[in-house]
Amino acid sequence: MTRLHDSGACEMTLLVQADFDGELDAAQAAALAAHRADCPICQAATESLGRVRRALREQAPYHRAPDALRARLAAQAAPRRVPSVRAAGWRRAAVAFVAGGAIAASVMLAIVPSNAPGIADQVLAGHLRGLEPGHLEDVVSTDQHTVKPWFDGKLDFAPPVKDLKADGFPLEGGRLDYLGGRRVAAMVYGRAKHVIDLYAWPEAGANTTPVIVERDGYTLIRWRQNGMALWAVSDVEKAQLEDFCQRWRTAS
Amino acid sequence: MGRIDGARDFESLVLPHLDAAYNLARWLVRDPVAAEDVVQEAAVRALTYFASFRGDNARGWFLQIVRNAAYASMKLDRGLRTVPLATGDETEAAAPAPVDPADDPEHTLLKIQAHAGLDRLLAGLPVELRETIVLRELEELAYKDIAQITDVPIGTVMSRLWRARRLLAEAAQREAVP
Repeated sequence: MTRLHDSGACEMTLLVQADFDGELDAAQAAALAAHRADCPICQAATESLGRVRRALREQAPYHRAPDALRARLAAQAAPRRVPSVRAAGWRRAAVAFVAGGAIAASVMLAIVPSNAPGIADQVLAGHLRGLEPGHLEDVVSTDQHTVKPWFDGKLDFAPPVKDLKADGFPLEGGRLDYLGGRRVAAMVYGRAKHVIDLYAWPEAGANTTPVIVERDGYTLIRWRQNGMALWAVSDVEKAQLEDFCQRWRTAS
Repeated sequence: MGRIDGARDFESLVLPHLDAAYNLARWLVRDPVAAEDVVQEAAVRALTYFASFRGDNARGWFLQIVRNAAYASMKLDRGLRTVPLATGDETEAAAPAPVDPADDPEHTLLKIQAHAGLDRLLAGLPVELRETIVLRELEELAYKDIAQITDVPIGTVMSRLWRARRLLAEAAQREAVP
């Protein structure tokens, strides 16, 4: 029975392998073929290489990427290439601003050109991913003292986890997400049958007042507080989300 | 807009290699869920560093990131995860107590797995041999691409391939003659 021997058995064995792998040029391959004609060790090695290859390709599974993973990554890349929708969203927000007139006293509506629209699309995409079955929370708990430690070790910052149960927005859990190329915390709050995601990640700068961004029927509110960028996103009524943000900002 | 063009390039250059990425990650970390995490993490890194990618070998570039993410993941999980084949994750020296003190770790490994299928044998190879043979036989990459992805000279790729094949051939033979 032939075996693949240590390379010391014939000094040509690595060349045999290179030939088998199609790595030799024509001249080298011809020289090797001449040697192999007279070398039983190299003949046996070639046969054995072929057996291993056949066995591997027949028996060792090739693991194709799951469809869910592919969809997730495509969604991750996709939000960056929808400029027309984004522009339309800003126009709608501008119209709402002018026509609406009355502005909720607690939340100042401002339209600030910045790099934020790209993030807004990603926040919304993250929220929608979270709504798929089984993706809502990585840690399910109504206790902020359970949710907060869960983030430790998974993030390089400590997200501000607050419970607003007394205000009608119970904390339901938390999960990790990827936005703008970094890991961020997503805190999940409930409001009747609706879900409010609050994203947080460190961002240098002074505190800012909340800004409303609308995307495809969803309301997003962003602000900066104590060195954290915060984005709330939900399909609840805009006034309710404003209420949520107001209460969250002043809660301890 | 640069970022938008960047996203389109990312999609067309990286997403086509998702199967290769997942297959490599899966054979390295040997767990479907962990492999998904590795690819996800690698995609985030790739997206972040995409602007600095200069070259024509997107597959090699992405697989290199996947491999680094997989190694980082295995380092994090060391000692925490129970893997049925409890050897070879980091080094060959991490073999179990030899059945016969004269045996080298590789032979011990193969004795343990003498009755397992070839996929189990492959999964039980030391990680540096495993990644090399997977990239060659399942991904069908050229030596120079494997050398780039695994960050070693071509000569090392050749000797690792040889050792991996010898181990698999011997193991398969033992299996055939119990």
